[in-house]
Formats: sequence, C-alpha cells, structure tokens
Amino acid sequence: MKTTILSIVMSLFTVVIFAQDKNKKMTFDVNGKCGMCKERIEEAALNVKGVKYASWDIPTHQLAVIMDERKTDPMKIKTALVAVGHDTKELKATEEAYESVHPCCRYREDNSDDGADH
Amino acid sequence: MKKIIIAFAFTILPWLAFSQEKVEGTVVEAGGANALGLAGANVYWMDSQIGVVTNIDGKFSIPYKKEYNKLIISYVGYESDTLTVNTPKVVKHGLKPSNELDEVVVQQERDNIQKTYFSPQNTVTVNSAELLKAACCNLAESFETNPAIDVNLSDGLTGTKQIQMLGLTSPYLMITQENIPMVRGASQAYGLTFTPGTWIESIQITKGAGSVVNGYESISGQINTELVKPLTDSSVFINGYGNQNGRYELNTHFNKKLSEKWSTGLYIHGNKRTQKEDDNGDGFLDAPLADQINVMNRWQYQDAEKGWVSFFNVRFLNDEKQVGQVGFNPDTDRVDNNRRMFSQAEALASGEAELPILSEAEVWGSEINTRRFDTSLKLGYVFPELPFQSFGFQTAYSLHKQDSYFGYRTYDIDHESIYTNLLFNSIIGDTRNKFKTGLTFAYDGYDEMVTATDYSREDRSVGAFFEYSYENLEKVSLTAGLRVDNHNRLGTFVTPRFHIRYTPWEKGSLRGSFGRGKRAANIFAENQQLFASGREIKILNSGGDVYGLDPEDAWNYGVSFLQGFNFLNRKGDFTVDYYITDFKNQVVVDWENSQEVLFYNLEGSSTAKSFQVEVNYELLPRLNIRTAYKNYDITTDYQSGSLQKPLQAQHLFFANLEYQTKAKDNGSQWKFDYTLHRVGEKRLPDTSSNPIAYQLAATSSPYDQMNAQITKVFSNTFEVYVGGENLSNVQQDNPVLGADDPFGPNFDTTIIYAPIMGRMFYGGFRIKI
Repeated sequence: MKTTILSIVMSLFTVVIFAQDKNKKMTFDVNGKCGMCKERIEEAALNVKGVKYASWDIPTHQLAVIMDERKTDPMKIKTALVAVGHDTKELKATEEAYESVHPCCRYREDNSDDGADH
Repeated sequence: MKKIIIAFAFTILPWLAFSQEKVEGTVVEAGGANALGLAGANVYWMDSQIGVVTNIDGKFSIPYKKEYNKLIISYVGYESDTLTVNTPKVVKHGLKPSNELDEVVVQQERDNIQKTYFSPQNTVTVNSAELLKAACCNLAESFETNPAIDVNLSDGLTGTKQIQMLGLTSPYLMITQENIPMVRGASQAYGLTFTPGTWIESIQITKGAGSVVNGYESISGQINTELVKPLTDSSVFINGYGNQNGRYELNTHFNKKLSEKWSTGLYIHGNKRTQKEDDNGDGFLDAPLADQINVMNRWQYQDAEKGWVSFFNVRFLNDEKQVGQVGFNPDTDRVDNNRRMFSQAEALASGEAELPILSEAEVWGSEINTRRFDTSLKLGYVFPELPFQSFGFQTAYSLHKQDSYFGYRTYDIDHESIYTNLLFNSIIGDTRNKFKTGLTFAYDGYDEMVTATDYSREDRSVGAFFEYSYENLEKVSLTAGLRVDNHNRLGTFVTPRFHIRYTPWEKGSLRGSFGRGKRAANIFAENQQLFASGREIKILNSGGDVYGLDPEDAWNYGVSFLQGFNFLNRKGDFTVDYYITDFKNQVVVDWENSQEVLFYNLEGSSTAKSFQVEVNYELLPRLNIRTAYKNYDITTDYQSGSLQKPLQAQHLFFANLEYQTKAKDNGSQWKFDYTLHRVGEKRLPDTSSNPIAYQLAATSSPYDQMNAQITKVFSNTFEVYVGGENLSNVQQDNPVLGADDPFGPNFDTTIIYAPIMGRMFYGGFRIKI
C-alpha cells in the first residue's frame, strides 16, 4: 500500500515539470514583406497582454517573442496577428483583415520586400 | 516483490515519458572550422509532424522518439541532408551550398550625418566619413563641417579651438568619450585637442537637455565620441599629415584579433611644430611650437553567447606648447616670479596688482606642459535569454598634470578624477516601456596654484538616477529622467530631464525637451586665456564653496522640427529648432573693463536663445549641399548693465558642398569638399579705458571663411588628400593688443574675433590594411 501511495506521489511529481515560464521564448512563421509589416506585426504582438518582446525578421518571416506563459499563449498572439491581417501557419487572416493592410504590404500577391521604394 | 516491481514501474514510467529526450545540435555551413551557424534552417523528422527551426546561432533542439530515426535538415540555397539518428544525442552538421551563386553585396549608402526621426532627443550622428571631409587633427577641429557646433579660437596665442553649442562655450556642454565624462575640470581648455581625429569612430551631438544617465553637468547639450574599436578598425592604419605652417602629424593604429573573444589595439599619435610662424609681424608666434605624444592601448572582449562585452583602455599623453614672442628662449628668458613686488595673492587682497619692475630687455613667453594618464574599464552584460535586459558598469580614473606659465604668471593644476557608473536596463511589461536606473560615484581632487595662491579642493558626489522611456515606433516617444545627487559643494539636488517626440505625418518629427543642469565652474581652468594678458584677476566673493562662488544652475528648454522630403526624386531634409537656456545662477566672466577680468555670481538674468534653420539636399547624384542659418541672442546682466555676450556673432551662415565621383570596384574615387562660414559682426569687450592706441572698435566686421579639400582614393587601402583652410585669407589685424609692451598693463591676447593664421594649405595620406 505504502508503495502504491509512493508511486502515485512520484507520478504526480513528474507532471508538475510543465511549469509555466515567465520568460518563454518562441518563434513562429508570420507572413509579411516589408518594414511597415514589421511595425504592424510587432505592434500587434506587443499589444497582447503578457508579450514582453517581439521582433519580426523580414527575410525569414520569423517572429521571435518572449512572453509570460501565465498570462498568454501562442494562439492568443496568432489571433492578434491575423486580426491585423497577417497570416500564420495555423491561422489565416480573414479577407477583410487582409484588405486592411497598406496596399504596399499585400504579401499574398508578391512576397518580396520592396520596402526600399516607399 | 511484484508490488515493488509494479510500484517501480509506475514511478519510472512517467519519468520516461516526460524525460528530456532530445536531439540537440547546430547547423552550420560546411567547410571552415569556425563556420557561422545557419539561422532559420528547417530540422524535422521524416514522416512526422515534428519540426523545428534553428535559432540565430544555428542551434536547434528537437524532441526524440524511438519511432523516428531519419532527421532531415534543409535550408534554402543548400543541399538538404538526411541524418540517421537512433539515440538522443548532440549533432553538429554542415550543409553544403547547393549552387554557389556569385556573391552580391548590397550596401545602403549611409548619410555622413544621420538624423534620427524616432528618437525623442534631438541627436545627430556624425560618422567617420564626415570627419574625413576636413582632415581634422583632433576632436576640437572635427566640427568644422557641422552646423550644430560653432568653432572659435579661444585666445590669440595657443591656437586652441573652442567649441560652442547654442551659443554657450564648452564648459556648459557635457563632453563624453564612450559615455564617460571626459573634457572637464583641468582639461576643459585643451582636452578636446587630446583626442586625435583618427581615433574617432563617430560623434553623437545632442542639442538641449541631455540624459540623466551621464550626470547632472550638461546644460546646453552633449557630445559623445565613440573611438575606433580593436575588433572593427583596420588591422594597420597609417596617416601622415603636414601643413604649410610646419605642423606635422603621424597616426598609426595596430589592431589584432587575438582569439574568438579578445581583440586589442595600439594607437599612437604624434604631432610637432618646430617652425616659428609670425605672419602678421607683431613679434608674437601665430601658432604655438608644439610637441605631443599620445598613446592608447585598448582591449576588447566579446562573448555573444554568454552576453558579455568589455572594454579596457589605458592612455598616456604628453603635450608641450610654447607661445609668446618669436625670440623667446624658455631656458634663458623666463621671467622669475620672485622679481614681483609682492605676490598675486596680496595683490588680489589689496585689489591692485603692482606689476614687476622690469628692464626693457625681457622677452614675453609662455609654456604649457600637460601630462595625462587615463584608464577606463567598461563591462556590459546582456541577458542571453532576455535581449531587452542588461547590466552596465563603467569606471574611469584619470590624472591630469598641467604646469604652465604665461609671462610672469604661473598656473599649475593637477586634477585626479575617479568616475564610476552602474547601470541596469530593463522593461516594464513590454519593450515599449523601458527603464534605466543606476548609481554614480564621482571624485575630483584639484591641486591648483595660481601664481602663489593655492586653490586646491576636493569634490565628491554620489547620485542615483532613473529614466523611463516610452517608444512605439508610430506617433509618440518620450524619455523622462530624474536624478538625485549629493555633492560636498553643490549640496543635495534633483535634476529632472524630459524629452518628447511626436510624428504628425510621414517623415516629420516634432520634438520638445526641458532639463536642468548644475555645475561647479572651474574659473581658471576654463578661462586660461586670461593669464596671457595684463588684466588683473578679481573674484567677487559671494561666500560660495568653489572659489568663493556659488555653483552654476540652469534650465534648458527647446523645440525642434525635422521634415524629410523628396524633391525631384532626390532626398533632402529641413530642420528648424529653437532653444533657450535660462541661468538661475551663473559664474559671470566679465571682460568689460580692459584692465581686469572679474568673476562674480549672476545678479539678475542671463539667457541664451538660439535659433537654427538647416536644409540638406542632394542637388545631383552624389552632389550634396548642406546649409544653415543660425541666430543667437545671449544676454547677461553684467555689473555694467545688460549686454550681449562678447565675441559672439549674432548671425551666422553655413554652407557645405560635397561631391564624389562614382567609386570603381577597387574603391578608387575622387572626393571634393567645400565649406563656407559667414560670420556676422561680434560685439567686442569694452576697451575704452585703454589709451587710444590700444582701443578697439565696438564691434568687429563680418567675414567669410572658406575651407576646401580634395581627396583622391586610389584603392581601399590608399588615399591622399590636399586641402586649404581660410582660403579667403581673412586675418585679424591685432590679435595681440599691446604687443609692443607685453609686460605692460594693456597687454591682452583674449580678444579674438577672426582667424589669426592666413591662407594655409595642407596635405596628407592614409593607408589602411
């Protein structure tokens, strides 16, 4: 009996390993093309409560975030990104949201950074 | 037994399930021992949904399960590879470039003077390319092509250039070297000439209130100099310079990367003038005989993985100047102090100085010898997991010894200084809200002898600061800082500083700032030109703690507007700014009676108002023009009434043209530069109490000064330049007043309103390897 209790306690212990990280670093794909997109994407991510740092890299389309897992999760951030018109791997922006981006940022038509021209 | 086994299995199972079974590793470019990691490469298990992307350093970590054994690594432009992995382990894999393309280097042309559209502070960055436009010898001469700063001669003898911002001289400017306060205290007069031009990597000029991080002393602005770094400077750099007036310079840099993390650099500067120049025939040298040796050694440590960066500097300087009459021989002609009737101190006390009884044979001369030792250490740590959080620690020690005499007056000052600053940067919530906080400790020991009077003192201060900044790259950003300091002579005081930036439309930037500054004036060190005159020194004691005077205290307010534009498809920008410095207390230096120089605390008001309009435009491809108009209104209540600052032009116009031919593949090109300074009339200090022969007009006449330079770049490693200064040959007729009787009461070298040297040509070369 003792051992059973012990084993249960032990197995419980291991589950607690999934602690929530105050400064969780993550990267995910976000579609966009230029400096204006970068501003919009980072702004949207930072507006999610619990996101401390957001940096979107134009050539690789990678958004690096540092977030407080107790306050937010990746899906919340992605929801905020599609709301301002930027596609992610799991979520796609609605046509309406996509139309709201600046005409020069229409990444679905042409994905190259032409930021130098505007 | 069975129970035990079951229990054991139970306990071990979850451990297995949740244990960190991972394959970790690095993806690099194949070939090369210390190849760079490839960031953003895809790493995934064949036939699975599990994939990761390598981070900035090319590192990845992917969960391992027994059912997977083929790990695929792919990256655009490289051949994909499949690794067989049967156990969790660490791998390092090199990818081969798939089809090696010819390298294409895309470089954006950077402007030589960069204005920021987003920073709340009105800061311009001057990079080294701009500094090469006028082959400047040292930091003091680096501002000839910059409209934000005015450069004047400080006196008629030493050829020292004095800089001004917003119409206020350099003591009111905080001058820092890599954010450590530099030109202050004993080095105030000549300190800018102790940084050779080739050592400068870039200069940041901030108008108006500075940041609280660097201390409480800045009033009208801040100039920060970044020196070349061992890691990024050329491994060998040699520059030689010579001019018509017999000034020769040699600069050599040697930089070496010792390991992945350590680099070091050795920088040696020497300059010399042995040729006696008396172009205007007044019997006095137009430029000093000079000799300077300046040696610096830098160590740089960088560990990007762990987030550490550090600099360690040591510098030694020896500078000797001789000025005065052409025939002066320091070994035989120095007038002995003891021949004076009584000491300067008694003279000061009785309010009238008896001049020494001299025969006609004496020759007037002066020597200024400075030895200086500096050392500084900077440590920076950026938390590797938190790019927005960092620690900084700076500490600096300097020992400055100046021994000098001017005719029969001796002036010796030793200044020992210790400065430490501890800084912590982080965020509040997210990176749009940042803060900096920290502690400062400073010690200054002055051992100062003016003729026979000892003015030694010690200053100690400790302070804490906090600066909050809000930045969302859109409409608004602001910086609000506060510091509290306790100083043994200035007391306990609070220094607030505030900057805000608003962007009303594209490429527009409206800024406002206000801030306070407080400082103890080192009256002799800052006004050394007074010694080379027959003027009596008088301090009207107001019972203060520094030379019997109260500290200076001022508020600065300013607004500026910057608008970038495109006209005929070429870029330009337009700036207008207006700043007011309002002194609550000031140490007024009163030159209005030509027999004396007076120091007293301000009674009444003293304000400096400065207005500037600047337009920069690319006229034709590679032909840029920069123009500025400046207006100054600097009024102080002197004992003799409210007057404009003497020797200060109220209207100034500046223009600079630069043209470069297209650079060929090997970097060869021609560069042409032309600068015009149109200087309006200046009010001269009152000389009406002098005999007629020694009287000057009430104002000086306006003049134009022009400089030009041509640089021929032969290749990326070799270039030659020739240039001319003061092409219109403007010269002040009488830089030395009373030159016929230098030991007499009317001798004065302090009233300088125009160049002393006429047209002068120079040339030089640069070798970079």
